[in-house]
Amino acid sequence: MVSFEFVVQDPNGLHARPAGLLIKEAMKCKSKVTLKKGSKSADAKRLFNVMAMGIKGGETITAELEGETEAKDAEVLKAFIAENI
Amino acid sequence: MYSLKGKTVYAGIAIGKIELHRKEKGSVRRYKVDDKAEELKRLERGLDKTEEELKSLYEKALVEVGESGAAIFEVHQMMLRDQDYIDSINNIIDGEGVNAEFAVAVTADNFAGMFASMEDEYFKARAADIKDISERLITVLKGKSGAEGASSEPVILAAEDLSPSETVQLDKSRILAFVTRLGSANSHTAILARTMSIPALIGVDFEDEKIDGAFAIADGIKGELIIDPDEATLEKYKALKAKEEEKARLLLEMKGKETITKSGRKIRLYSNIGGVGDLSAVLENDAEGIGLFRSEFLYLEKETYPTEEEQFNVYRTAAQTMAGKLVIIRTLDIGADKQIDYFGLEKEDNPAMGYRAIRICLDRPEIFRTQLRALLRASAYGKIGIMFPMIISLDEVKQIKEIVESVKEELRADNISYGDTELGIMIETPAAVMISEELAKEVDFFSIGTNDLTQYTLAIDRQNRRLDSIYDPHHPAVLRMIKTVIDNGHKHNTWVGICGELGADPTLTETFVEMGIDELSVSPNFILPLRKAIRNAD
Repeated sequence: MVSFEFVVQDPNGLHARPAGLLIKEAMKCKSKVTLKKGSKSADAKRLFNVMAMGIKGGETITAELEGETEAKDAEVLKAFIAENI
Repeated sequence: MYSLKGKTVYAGIAIGKIELHRKEKGSVRRYKVDDKAEELKRLERGLDKTEEELKSLYEKALVEVGESGAAIFEVHQMMLRDQDYIDSINNIIDGEGVNAEFAVAVTADNFAGMFASMEDEYFKARAADIKDISERLITVLKGKSGAEGASSEPVILAAEDLSPSETVQLDKSRILAFVTRLGSANSHTAILARTMSIPALIGVDFEDEKIDGAFAIADGIKGELIIDPDEATLEKYKALKAKEEEKARLLLEMKGKETITKSGRKIRLYSNIGGVGDLSAVLENDAEGIGLFRSEFLYLEKETYPTEEEQFNVYRTAAQTMAGKLVIIRTLDIGADKQIDYFGLEKEDNPAMGYRAIRICLDRPEIFRTQLRALLRASAYGKIGIMFPMIISLDEVKQIKEIVESVKEELRADNISYGDTELGIMIETPAAVMISEELAKEVDFFSIGTNDLTQYTLAIDRQNRRLDSIYDPHHPAVLRMIKTVIDNGHKHNTWVGICGELGADPTLTETFVEMGIDELSVSPNFILPLRKAIRNAD
């Protein structure tokens, strides 16, 4: 398992549109991707699951990846998040 | 072109295509399915088709509003394909053996509920997205195209009837007007139409297949649905609609503003009403008081003389509703032209000049005293003015004042409180104009009744159609009389208003202001246009 942290830049948080973008990218990963915020966690490939976390702007989120391609997936996802989220 | 009659619940004009709202749309039936596997396949097909629709919506939005605006439809596609969402629908179909539409509806409720309970406003609003995609999916499952739903032009919505939930679910930005076959003026649809200021007609007996998709005009003023209007009718209504919109704009613009001329003179802009039912219109149009409350309705709608208590309740309601603004109530103004059986009035050849108004009141003081008692008692609850009609002599005014004093005495003796009341008279006879200087010494205000004054001055019976061409309310004789009354009133600190139709004539507003008029009392819907005219006058 690999993990990295990121801060949500959109002041409105991870609402429908940015969540949608993130999910689309996560779906490209072969690995299982889990987002964690405190005690809450969500499957990053499931939109409603992620939205239900109610992630707000400025919050720090941990992404955990698990699978054969986890290292490569994490790199791609990290870059995408830095660029878009 | 043909038209159908209906009952208006909200006046306004709408022009556009009619869309027939079919009953089943928006409501979901639950039923058992025999073949669950087939139902799950049906759901899959429905999801595919819905996704296609959302894709084409995205394409359309991309062109019309650009990428950021269109993105929501992309998100909607993702929501539709969300694994939790689909799992939930599948589970309900599989577990309960029910139809897909119902399973979608239940899932939508659960998911929407989850978002609706979130703290953040942004997330809260996502409940609407879930409802949106779910409704689209349900429509598709029912075998109807949902594509027209969100994207097509606004329509006049025709329906058998609309339930409150159906009405609430409708996309309001798409509705130009409601037309229903059933429904009552107090139904939710009617109430909703009023709050949304959407023209609405009920009780319109239309035929579904004939009007669906037809071009039409919904006339919420006359209560008419005109189908396939001809060119001339359409032009007429376009102009009327523009006027209505101008009125609505005025309402916003002029509400709360002072009625004051450019040179800074304040004019009292009051309203004429025929009963307490008009009070809401008075408030809505921001009148500064009531300049003429016709008390006749109290007598006309009864089988016998209204009691002091009945009258008091009505006057008090008006006084309280206007909350400190002046409410001028005119005492009984009936005559042989208005049939009130229990008065036992004899038929007259010339009722306009007959036994009427103050003449009856002074002749039958018991009726008059009852009304005055009710009025004075109500004056403890607000600012009441009492106005007497059809005055022709100083003696009448003196008699009236004596009676008012004696009624006050009576009230004091009974330990019943009353407030300060202004007393005024209608100036509607040439006689009253000629002696207005003397009358001014006796009263607080004059209100010029231009309808009768014109009739008596020009010796033209207003009921006689053959004389319409020479009935000229702008006749210099009438205008000079108005000027005389204003000047004489001002000599003795008596303020002067107009409560006849002429007061609402915008071509004369400037003239009246120049003459020095203090007050204009008009129908509620003339208040704001007149305020604008006065603000533009010097």
